[in-house]
Amino acid sequence: MPGDLTLIGFGPDGWGLALARAGLMTLYVSVSAFFCGLMLGTLIAWARVAGNWPLRKLAEIYVTIFRGVPDILVIYLFYFGGRQVVTAVGTALGLPGPFDISGFVSGMLAIGLISAASQSEVLRGAYQAVPKGTIEAGRVSGMTRFTLFRRIIAPQAMVTAVPGMGNQWQSVIKESALVSVTGLVETMRQVSVAAGTTQEHFLFYAAGGVIYLIITTLSDQFFRLAEKRSLRGHEQGGV
Amino acid sequence: MDFDFFAGMFAQLLMGLPLTLNLGILALLGGFSLALALNLMRATRIGNAVASAYVFVFRGTPLLIQIFMIYYGLAGFGFVRQSFFWPFLREPYWCGLLALILNDAAYTSEILRGGLRSVPKGAVEAGRVSGMTRFTVLRRITLPIAIRQALPAYSNEVISILKSTALVSTITLMEVTGIARAAVSETWRAVEIFLCAAVIYLALSLLVTRLSAWVERRLSPWQFGVTP
Repeated sequence: MPGDLTLIGFGPDGWGLALARAGLMTLYVSVSAFFCGLMLGTLIAWARVAGNWPLRKLAEIYVTIFRGVPDILVIYLFYFGGRQVVTAVGTALGLPGPFDISGFVSGMLAIGLISAASQSEVLRGAYQAVPKGTIEAGRVSGMTRFTLFRRIIAPQAMVTAVPGMGNQWQSVIKESALVSVTGLVETMRQVSVAAGTTQEHFLFYAAGGVIYLIITTLSDQFFRLAEKRSLRGHEQGGV
Repeated sequence: MDFDFFAGMFAQLLMGLPLTLNLGILALLGGFSLALALNLMRATRIGNAVASAYVFVFRGTPLLIQIFMIYYGLAGFGFVRQSFFWPFLREPYWCGLLALILNDAAYTSEILRGGLRSVPKGAVEAGRVSGMTRFTVLRRITLPIAIRQALPAYSNEVISILKSTALVSTITLMEVTGIARAAVSETWRAVEIFLCAAVIYLALSLLVTRLSAWVERRLSPWQFGVTP
């Protein structure tokens, strides 16, 4: 019967410490992947908004592919395929094997690339919501492109972008559970191991669920604060 | 380039397509019904709290954990093993499908809620005044408007569920991804095989995108500058 709660505690035969460490790993992978996605997503959004024809098409194809292929397939491709590529390159260079690619790196890259596709859509939408007149006014009054971005585009685009980015962050956290297939010990993996060892499947998967709920709820609060801040100077809100 | 290998691989992977589609379509049908029920529940205070808690839990945790919870977790309870449902909950297919339905319902109910909120009060009042029953108003006024509004967001959810069916390969189901994984462990040609599988999913999602654009056009041609 499930329910020996000392198993998820911090006692001598409790898995508490391992679970807490795994929760931090989930956070670590998610944050790295999110920023990876943010950088690439910004470049893609830029290409789609201001690029020339081939660049725009390329960005469009990228988004279509990464939004149409299952996340787990991309992770498999990076993990198993990455090993294959690293081995091929290593052998060609005459280095002694065996070669391997870490679960963390391949998982982070895979989720980052997937997230970049969605983040670029959010950023593009936010840019397009900026009234054209304000950009023209800034240009007319002699702002450089960087000043224009910093003082006119960014503050206005932020209002639309922050809630969308919050959603993207939430899906990155949930996608990070898929990295467990590479053997990286994050929450999902740790919970599976603990469930297998103790045969208390329900208890440990529930504990894993609670860890994810804590992370998603806390970060939701964070994004709400950010949203409030982005609304400064607008009629409805702001502090 | 090993052309025969690709052709053979595609043929092998396509054998998994019926199961992928089966899971995807049934999950969408079940998820939509449950989502509708969740939204109707929101009319009462307790129902609203229950629906909110449901959405919070199922949207806040990864689908993978939900699948494992149902497949491995439920079997730990004696009363589940003795119940009428055990013959179903013992099968990976039903566990996977159940997890997909429950997960889809949480997302769809939020999409539907957005759609329902966009129904003009006047339209509902007009229906009531002309003597429609509550059910007729729901069927002929509220739902058609709400569904039309929710369609663009819903087509994203359709794609996301088709992609999510890949996760049931972790509980031994042989749909497209499951077959791909088995083939990789036999041949170790990971890149080629996973790329073949990716092409199949990509084709599916492009099909859904085209289909939903067509339905949107059909349902409100005036928004696209077409005179009916």
